[in-house]
Amino acid sequence: MSVLTLTIEGRDVAGQTGHTILQVARENGIPIPTLCHLQGLSDVGACRLCVVEVEGQRKLFPACVTTIDEGMKVTVNSERLAAHRRRIVELLFTERNHICSVCIADRNCELQDLAVAVGLTHFELPLLSPQAVVDATHERFGIDHNRCVLCTRCVRVCDEIEGAHTWDVMGRGTEARLITDLGIPWGDSNTCTSCGKCVQVCPTGALFEKGRSVAEARHRRPYLPYLVAHEGRTR
Amino acid sequence: MTEAGTPTPARRRRQDPLIPAGPVRASAHVCMAAGCLSMQADTVFDSLCERVTARGLTDVAVKRVGCLGLCAAGPLVAVPETGRLFDRVAAGDDAALDGVVDGLAGGEGGRPIATDPFFSHQVKVVLEHCGQIDPERVEDYVAVGGYESLTKAVTTMTPAEVLGEVTRSGIRGRGGAGYPTGLKWTTVAKTDSPHGKYVVCNGDEGDPGAFMDRSVLESSPQQVLEGMAIAGYAVGANHGYVYVRAEYPLAVKRLTTAIRQAEHAGLLGPRIADTSFGFDVEIRIGAGAFVCGEETALIASIEGGRGTPRPRPPYPAASGLWGKPTLINNVETLASIPTIIGRGAEWYSAIGSGKSLGTKVFALAGSVVNTGLIEVPLGLTLREIVFEIGGGLPGGGKFKAVQTGGPSGGCMPESLLDMAVDYESLAQAGSIMGSGGMIVMDDGTCMVDVAKFFMDFCREESCGKCIPCRVGTTQMYGLLDRITRGLASRDELAELESLAGMVRDTSLCGLGQGSPNPVVSTLRYFRDEYMAHIDDHLCPAGVCKMEPREAALAAGEVAP
Repeated sequence: MSVLTLTIEGRDVAGQTGHTILQVARENGIPIPTLCHLQGLSDVGACRLCVVEVEGQRKLFPACVTTIDEGMKVTVNSERLAAHRRRIVELLFTERNHICSVCIADRNCELQDLAVAVGLTHFELPLLSPQAVVDATHERFGIDHNRCVLCTRCVRVCDEIEGAHTWDVMGRGTEARLITDLGIPWGDSNTCTSCGKCVQVCPTGALFEKGRSVAEARHRRPYLPYLVAHEGRTR
Repeated sequence: MTEAGTPTPARRRRQDPLIPAGPVRASAHVCMAAGCLSMQADTVFDSLCERVTARGLTDVAVKRVGCLGLCAAGPLVAVPETGRLFDRVAAGDDAALDGVVDGLAGGEGGRPIATDPFFSHQVKVVLEHCGQIDPERVEDYVAVGGYESLTKAVTTMTPAEVLGEVTRSGIRGRGGAGYPTGLKWTTVAKTDSPHGKYVVCNGDEGDPGAFMDRSVLESSPQQVLEGMAIAGYAVGANHGYVYVRAEYPLAVKRLTTAIRQAEHAGLLGPRIADTSFGFDVEIRIGAGAFVCGEETALIASIEGGRGTPRPRPPYPAASGLWGKPTLINNVETLASIPTIIGRGAEWYSAIGSGKSLGTKVFALAGSVVNTGLIEVPLGLTLREIVFEIGGGLPGGGKFKAVQTGGPSGGCMPESLLDMAVDYESLAQAGSIMGSGGMIVMDDGTCMVDVAKFFMDFCREESCGKCIPCRVGTTQMYGLLDRITRGLASRDELAELESLAGMVRDTSLCGLGQGSPNPVVSTLRYFRDEYMAHIDDHLCPAGVCKMEPREAALAAGEVAP
């Protein structure tokens, strides 16, 4: 395993071959906002919040899946990147129902944290406000599709850590929805082990434990010793 | 069976060609591609067989062939011996059918192919055998020199020589992006893989108005298989997959027949041409998601997963199907390979211009007289394609724009008609070559409406994985919709432009990154139309229905 040197935000840093820009940046205390990324799970590069600029390249690179190169010069914060990130968070807020004041995850929500981090103060785009459903058929947990951001952390934790693959996604575009098994109610799923890992990795209030109030809805990441669970928050 | 009451001669099964025992003086080639078939070309075929038999013409053949190109004037019948094409030979049209039989018997009639501008400007490499051979008879393909290139490659050339030939030909990916084919092949060839490699043929053609790959697969499927086998030999792969959309049942059927026949004849399978090289091909049918034409989504779909793209690198050349190095090429690219190997790289690279060598197949559609399938040398101008080959606009309509590249492409105005059609020029004009859809629009077309149509397409076909494409295209569609209803303000237009840049920069795959192109290109060349909708509250082409502003104001839908 050889060591490569590169520059991130003007700082000379070193990282191992095969490590991603995100890994090396976080090792060196350089924050990069993420949403779909959760250490311990595979990366899918879906939320596009971690895009960075690499000198000499016109396109942008998602830091979570781009491996480092010798002599690479990475810019994490620029006017263009800040505008793009703000737009991405705005798009998420306009896609479904993310009204914090009536959400169980209020103040324990990574989407809310992101809005603060990228300086999103208002929406310029109209709200799409789809009529998504709430599935409360499971005896201990529920899913409110109105809060879902399709980060697929739950899909991956269920598949890769629990090994159940109860969750997946169906549909296209803004019609895409999380499903349990082949689209049956969660409570009827016979693959779900009721482990609750999906609830713990959910960045928003989409997946919740029944009977918990707003103040109690804090995610218990240490519950997942297999993940480097303390690292998730972006604040 | 044919129409009730007209019994088919017992000695001939319905689909069998009529082939005389002795020498053939003239033959009727009946187009059996999807376009003509939808106009009952199979009945035309049967009627012709009957009439030829009834007339006692014993030295005349009647055969089923693939696409003859001039889809607008189907059903088509060509008589290659006299160089004549009979168009609009409708089933049950006695005069037209007798005209063809007269032509076969030595009479005049039809239009001359050689001097018709639709045909004379074309150079056929990929479509060389389309309309010449029966797509469901491997004997026909072999008779025109089929599989000679594969035999030549595996018996007289090393894989490195094949790679060299393809590289020197200068051919670039015909699926849209124009990546140099030789470079792609070399990358796959150089990647070590103890557990095999794959060749995948991408036939998931989904652009609105495009039917190039379908026509090639329906008209000369063996050519694609031969190209795949040559590719397999060059890169060291023994397995191939053809990914075809379920919407192309005829292509799937003919491909299935072609694979079975080629395996039967020993042209595919183990020990091709008595060498140690073996290659087999399987078909995978796509469920019709546009995004599955993106190579990583296509791989996921073949593997049985949900067709969603993943970030690259790693590119499929390094880690593709089941983690193995995989060569993915478009149908048209692979169909060009037998000719490149057969006639040599120098012959091929003499066609075309600059960095765009060879020929490109286009599906000419929209407001143009000669709707159909054409193949032209790269570097021809748009004007030559639209006005000489395409025959201009029907009814003397006024040209407004031509759209290339499907939902990731752009619209080019009249001022760019003299631009050469090659990868670089199109990119500079804000469009892309794309897979070959070319839609001609007349002055009755509203360009904002066109942009809205394509955005609606992208919005619906977005896989939903990444946020910019999933929500960005939906929001852009919403803004375009407001413009076409006369409700939008200048601020909203600025919003649209800003969103376009963001979706292009941050989307995960080519579908998202290319989705703003129709908006950006129409804004670049037809901005005044957008402004007319916004400022003057009218649609210059008279397409969009403007909503009364007072009512919208009252309903709070527009800013005062």
